Amino acid sequence: MSVIRLERRAAPSRFWSVATPILAVALTMIAGGVMFALLGKDPVAAIRTIFWDPLFNTQFAAYSRPQLLVKAGPLILIAIGLSLGFRAGVWNIGAEGQYIIGAICGAAVGLAFYPADLWIVFPLMVIAGALGGWAWAMIPGLLRTRFNTNEILVSLLLVYVAEQILASMALGLLRNPEGGGFPGSRNLQQYAAASNPELIAGTGMHWGVVAAFIAVIFAYVLLTRHITGFHIRLAGQSPRAARFAGVNPARLVLLCLGVSGALAGMAGLFEVTGPAGQISIDFNVGYGFTAIIVAFLGRLHPVGILLAGLLMALTYIGGELAQFMLGLPAAAIQAFQGMLLFFLLAVDVMTNYRIRFGRGAAT
Amino acid sequence: MNDTAPLLRIEGLTKSYPGVVANADVGFSVRPGRIHALLGENGAGKSTLVKMIYGLVRPDSGAMHMNGAPYAPASPNAARAAGVAMVFQHFSLFDALDVAENIALGMENPPPRRALAARIRTVSHEYGLPLDPTRQVGELSAGERQRIEILRCLLQNPGLLIMDEPTSVLTPQEVTILFRTLRQLAAEGTAILYISHKLEEIRALCDGATILRLGRVVANCDPREKSARDLAELMVGQTLQSPSRAARPTGKVALSVRGLSLAAPHTFGTALKRITFDLKAGEVLGIGGVAGNGQDELLAALSGEALAPAASIMLNGAPVGHLGPNARRALGLLAAPEDRLGHAAAPDMSLTENAMLTGAGRMGLSHKGFLDWPKARNFADAIIAAFDVRTPGPISTARSLSGGNLQKFVIGREILQDPTVFVVNQPTWGVDASAAAAIRQALLDLAAKGAAVIAISQDLDELMEISDRFCAVNEGRLSAVRPAHGLSVDDIGLMLGGAHDMEMRHETA
Repeated sequence: MSVIRLERRAAPSRFWSVATPILAVALTMIAGGVMFALLGKDPVAAIRTIFWDPLFNTQFAAYSRPQLLVKAGPLILIAIGLSLGFRAGVWNIGAEGQYIIGAICGAAVGLAFYPADLWIVFPLMVIAGALGGWAWAMIPGLLRTRFNTNEILVSLLLVYVAEQILASMALGLLRNPEGGGFPGSRNLQQYAAASNPELIAGTGMHWGVVAAFIAVIFAYVLLTRHITGFHIRLAGQSPRAARFAGVNPARLVLLCLGVSGALAGMAGLFEVTGPAGQISIDFNVGYGFTAIIVAFLGRLHPVGILLAGLLMALTYIGGELAQFMLGLPAAAIQAFQGMLLFFLLAVDVMTNYRIRFGRGAAT
Repeated sequence: MNDTAPLLRIEGLTKSYPGVVANADVGFSVRPGRIHALLGENGAGKSTLVKMIYGLVRPDSGAMHMNGAPYAPASPNAARAAGVAMVFQHFSLFDALDVAENIALGMENPPPRRALAARIRTVSHEYGLPLDPTRQVGELSAGERQRIEILRCLLQNPGLLIMDEPTSVLTPQEVTILFRTLRQLAAEGTAILYISHKLEEIRALCDGATILRLGRVVANCDPREKSARDLAELMVGQTLQSPSRAARPTGKVALSVRGLSLAAPHTFGTALKRITFDLKAGEVLGIGGVAGNGQDELLAALSGEALAPAASIMLNGAPVGHLGPNARRALGLLAAPEDRLGHAAAPDMSLTENAMLTGAGRMGLSHKGFLDWPKARNFADAIIAAFDVRTPGPISTARSLSGGNLQKFVIGREILQDPTVFVVNQPTWGVDASAAAAIRQALLDLAAKGAAVIAISQDLDELMEISDRFCAVNEGRLSAVRPAHGLSVDDIGLMLGGAHDMEMRHETA
C-alpha cells in the first residue's frame, strides 16, 4: 500500500500558489548547491556568486546591475504575451522565432531609411517589429484555426526557419555594405534615428524595458478588468463554458498568438536596436525559450512574471559571473536554470492537492 | 422468508473523508436470490458503500462477511475473485472497438476470440439481452452498451451483482427487458444490489431495501409494503412539496423552429434532422429522450453555441439562427446546458465570475468591455439569496458546491435575467429531491410569468409533472408535439423509441 497519497483540494490553495515559487527557488538553491559541490566547487560561494554578487559585489555590481534590466526587459515582454496564450490554452512555443523575425523586420525598416535623421524612423521600426512577430505567429494561428494543426509543433519548428532567415539576412540583404564583407548589418546604435539607447545612465533602462513595464500593467488590467481577459481565463479553464459564454475559439487563438507574436517581435526590435546593435547570425540567445520558463515561474500572473523575469535575469548574469569567477561550466548553469522550472512544476502539485500520510490499512 | 443465510452481511461500516462522513455505522445483509435496493439521495453515501463492497475504497472500520467468512477486498480484482460484479453508471467502453474486444479487455484471461464470441451469443440469448459480438460500440445505443457491461459481469458467474443507477439511460421498454433479466438472475440464486433513487422501480423490482440518509441507515424495509411517497420521505427526511401549477393561458408564439438540420459536431455526436416545433409564451414544452439522441446538440443549436441558417430559428418573429450565444441572450433566449461543471459553469472560478459568464450583457455587468465586478458580486448574491444556494458566499468556486446547489445557481442565474425563452437540459440530473422540487417549481413560476420554457430531460416523471406539451427526440429527430396531459406510458415509450409515423402525421397536420 502506498503510504503517501494526494488528495485534490476543494479549491486551489491561495497560500500555496504564492508559496510554491519561493519554495521552488529554495529547493533549486539546495539541489544546485549539491550539484556544484559534486563539481568540486564551494556551493555557498557558487550560490552567492549567482544571486548576490551581481547586485551587491562592490567590484562587479556597477557593470552587472544595469544588465539586470537589459536581460529582464525582453524576458518580461515576451513572457507577458505568452502568458495570455498559456492562460487560454494556446501554446506558442515559438516566441524565439517571432523575436528573430521582429528584429529583422524592424531593422530592415530602419536600414531602409539610412542615413535619414527623422524622428519617425524609430516608431516605424517598433511597428514593423511588432508586425513581423505578429505575422510569424499568424502562421501557426491560421494553420490551427483552418486545418486544426498543433500550434506547439508549428510554432516551434518555425523557430528554425526563422534562424535560417536570420543567417541569410546577416549574410545577404541586410549585410553592412561598408562592413568589408563581414556578416552582419550596420550597427544601429551608431545610427541615432534608429537606436534604442540607455535612457537613464547606469540603470540599463531602455525603451524595451519601458515597453515591458507597460505590458505588465496592460496585461494586469486586461486579465482582471476586461471581458477579453475574462474570456481568455475562461477558455483556458473550461473551453465549453467559454463557448457558452459566447467566446469564438478561433478568434481567441488568433488573438493570443497575435499578441504574443507582436510582443516577441517588439522585444527583438528593442534588442537589435539596443544591446545587440545589429542583425548578426548569432543575434538570438534564447530569450524566447527562457520566457516560457519566466511565464510559468511567474504563475502566468503579470506581477509574478515581472518578478520572475528579474529573477531569471539574475541567474543569467550570476551564471555568467560564476563561469568567469569560479570556472563553472556553462552546462551546469543551464542545468541550474532547468532545475528552477523542474522544482516549480513539481511543487505546483501542492496548489491543487494536499499530501496525506495515510495509514496503510491492514488487509 | 429468512430461510437462507445471507450472502453478504455488512456491520458497522464507517468511512470518512476530510470534512465529511460518507458512511457511518452502516449495516445490512443481502441473501442469495434476492434483489436488494440501496436507496438514497445524491450524497447519501450509496456510492461510497458499494465502492467498499467492490474493493475500490477501504472502510475505516466495520466488517463485511461473504458466505459467513470475513470479506475485505483490497482491490476490484479481489472482489471479482470473491464473486462480486458491478455495472457502473458510467460505462467504461471503447467506442472504436467491437463488443467482443471490449469484453475481452475486461477479462483477466480472455478466451480465444471465436470462443468468446460464441459465449457472448449464448449468454446474451439465455438472459434475453440480444447483442452482436461483432458490432462496434460507437454505433450502439446506451441500452445496448449497458448490456455489454452486464454481460461482462455475467460471464464471471457472480454471486453478487451490483447495479448502479442502471435505468437512468434506458427507455421504458429497455427497462422492462432489464428487469426481466434481473428477475431471472435472482431466480437462479444471484443476489443483486440495486442502487437507485427511482422509487417506483424499486417498488416494482426489489424485495428488500436499505435507505441511506447522510451516510446512515435510516430504514430497512420491504419496499413493496411502502408507498413511493413514504419511501421518498424516508430518503429526504422531510415532507415533500409537489410542484403547484396553476392553469395558465398561453400567449403568442415565442419561439418557432422550422426544419432545423445540423451535421453531427463530432464522430459520435448526433446530427439534428428537420427539427420543427412552435413554443408559445407561458408554456412548458417537455422534450424526452434517451441519452445521446441529440439533446446536447439541440441545446447547442438553440443557445447559439452551434450556428444554423438564420430563418430556421425565429425568436418573437425575428430570425436568430445565425446569431451567437450573446446576441441571442440580448434578445431574451437563454439556456442552461446539462453539464454543470465545465459547460454551464467554470469549475475553478468563483460564483461571482460564473455570474459574469452569462450575465455580462443582460445584467449590465460590463461597460465597453470593462467589467463591473462589484455589480457581478451583487448579482451572484442575488442568485444565492433567491434560489437558496447553500454556499459560504460568492467567492466560493463552482466546484466546491454540491451538484444540487450549483444547479440551483446555474438555473437561478438565467431565470433572474428574465428570459422570454428559456431552454434547459437535464434541469435536475443528479440533484437531491428537495433541490429538484425547488428547480421544477422555479421553471413553472417562470412560465407563469409569461416566459416560454423548454425542458429537455431523461426523467419522464419530471417531464410529466411540469410540461404542458411533450415530445421526444430520437436519433436527432423530434416526434410530434402532443399535450402532456393524458399521455400513457406506452405512448411515451413509442415516442422515445422513435416511431417515425408520428413525424409524418405532424408534417401533414
